[in-house]
Amino acid sequence: METRITAIYHPEVKKQCERPLFMVPVTAGFPSPAEDYIEGKLDLNKYLIRHPAATFFVRVTGESMINAGIHPGDILIVDRAIEPGDKNVVIAAIDGEFMVKRIRMIQGKVFLMPENENFKPLKIENEMNFEVWGVVTNLIHRL
Amino acid sequence: MTTVFALVDCNNFYVSCERVFDPKLCGKPVIVLSNNDGCAISRSNEAKALGIKMGVPVFQIRDLIKANGVEVYSSNYALYGDMSQRVMQTLAEFTPDIEIYSIDEAFSDLAGFTRCDLTNYGHQIRYKTRKWTGIPVSIGIAETKTLAKIANRVAKKSKKASGVLDLTSFPYKDRALEKTKVEDVWGIGPAYNRFLKENGIRNALQLRNADDKLIKQRMGIVGTRLIHELRGVPCYCLEQCPPPKKGITVSRSFKHVIETLNELEEAVATYVTIGAEKLRKEHSVSGVLMIFVMTNRFKRQNQYFNLKTLKLPVSTSDTSELIHYAHLGLKEIYRKGCLYKKAGVMFNNLVPENQIQSNLFDVRDRNRSMKLMAALDNINIKMGSSTLKYAAVGLRQNQGWKTMFEHRSQSYTTNWNQLLEVR
Repeated sequence: METRITAIYHPEVKKQCERPLFMVPVTAGFPSPAEDYIEGKLDLNKYLIRHPAATFFVRVTGESMINAGIHPGDILIVDRAIEPGDKNVVIAAIDGEFMVKRIRMIQGKVFLMPENENFKPLKIENEMNFEVWGVVTNLIHRL
Repeated sequence: MTTVFALVDCNNFYVSCERVFDPKLCGKPVIVLSNNDGCAISRSNEAKALGIKMGVPVFQIRDLIKANGVEVYSSNYALYGDMSQRVMQTLAEFTPDIEIYSIDEAFSDLAGFTRCDLTNYGHQIRYKTRKWTGIPVSIGIAETKTLAKIANRVAKKSKKASGVLDLTSFPYKDRALEKTKVEDVWGIGPAYNRFLKENGIRNALQLRNADDKLIKQRMGIVGTRLIHELRGVPCYCLEQCPPPKKGITVSRSFKHVIETLNELEEAVATYVTIGAEKLRKEHSVSGVLMIFVMTNRFKRQNQYFNLKTLKLPVSTSDTSELIHYAHLGLKEIYRKGCLYKKAGVMFNNLVPENQIQSNLFDVRDRNRSMKLMAALDNINIKMGSSTLKYAAVGLRQNQGWKTMFEHRSQSYTTNWNQLLEVR
């Protein structure tokens, strides 16, 4: 199917939510039909971050998740408040090293799955020092 | 109505912050140093077990560090400040009634939660804070703030408590008080400690049962309140908006010792700049300025300390005016031939900037100065701190008095260029 744009929103990246300036002159004449429909602006922080106290930004350096659209240099939005579930993309700490992988929980076993043919899945063993540091909720990728 | 306070205290806070972003540090001895990498100010439990004491100068434990592979970090206040805010935000999810007592401690009012099992509730707070922020905390719960402090100490030390102690339902309350040394009770300084020991009062239990008259006579209202608090009668309530500061101090020790007046002037001008910015942020002005200089107290040769107090003609927060007076004061106490290791400025007699007592002979255009400072602050907020500064702070690179942070970690949470990296 052809890619179609259905709507375009104005981003508002500032923290505070400022009221828009009324551009309509108050002199006589035909009033703007949009005047009654102003609803404030959109705040990306609110859209992307559910738990501000628990949310961290993390930068990607490797290519192990490239098929998931995660490229070197991208920024991940990581929420520590969310309980990790099967198939979530997570930041994991294994024996002191951080990595981003998709977590699979199959028959009581935990695997960290890369999304790149050149990398191998990792089975979590009992003797490993393993912790899910946070769950990736969004990806910031510059074009 | 009964009162219930919880004191939530972050365990080894600065070290814990470093560990969140570098899990390799878990289980290892780690210390964080004060400004200029001078003294150990935060220690992991493993470092404490090696006998590294709070505040010990790092040069005294060089061998210990080497022999045991102790990880050493410079303080990273950008990181600790951000993590502190996250901890406080998480605590506020449980009850909005919190008093932020310091960078790593907060009192929560739990009076509305007495129907719950408070120990259980404490464990919930502890779990959520650890999960959300990565920071481990200990929680002491009691009828008064003073008792909550004691409960927290016990919670931290006792393995059984696993981080949470509710003194309101604790069957061994007297034992806990007995085990708490009197100098570890909130508000007992060295002078009171000496007086109490002379009277045979060595622990919190003895202090609680002490003679009211004796305490009132020698320790006044403060002492009376203290023993009431120990008896479970609250004398201090939650202070949700912090009281205005009484004074602002900015002082640092230098990377290298410095000798010349010129270098000292640069250092002092820098500290005045930082302090004046703080003053303006709080909308205060200062009426009394103090400047001090000192030589290295760990070296034997030619020790010197001096302090100059200046009463300002008109209370002010204007950086250039304050630098002018600071330099006047500095000239009076500067002694040639000394090797200076530390200097500082203190602003006292603070009043709100809209209550300035004017001076008949004042020649300065105060309105203009206010506008100038506002413009200066705006530029520095927008473009980064010290984008615009007075030349008095010096322009040379490698200034010998600059503070040193040789082992500082990244600003993981406050700088886009220093984010945590994952493969």
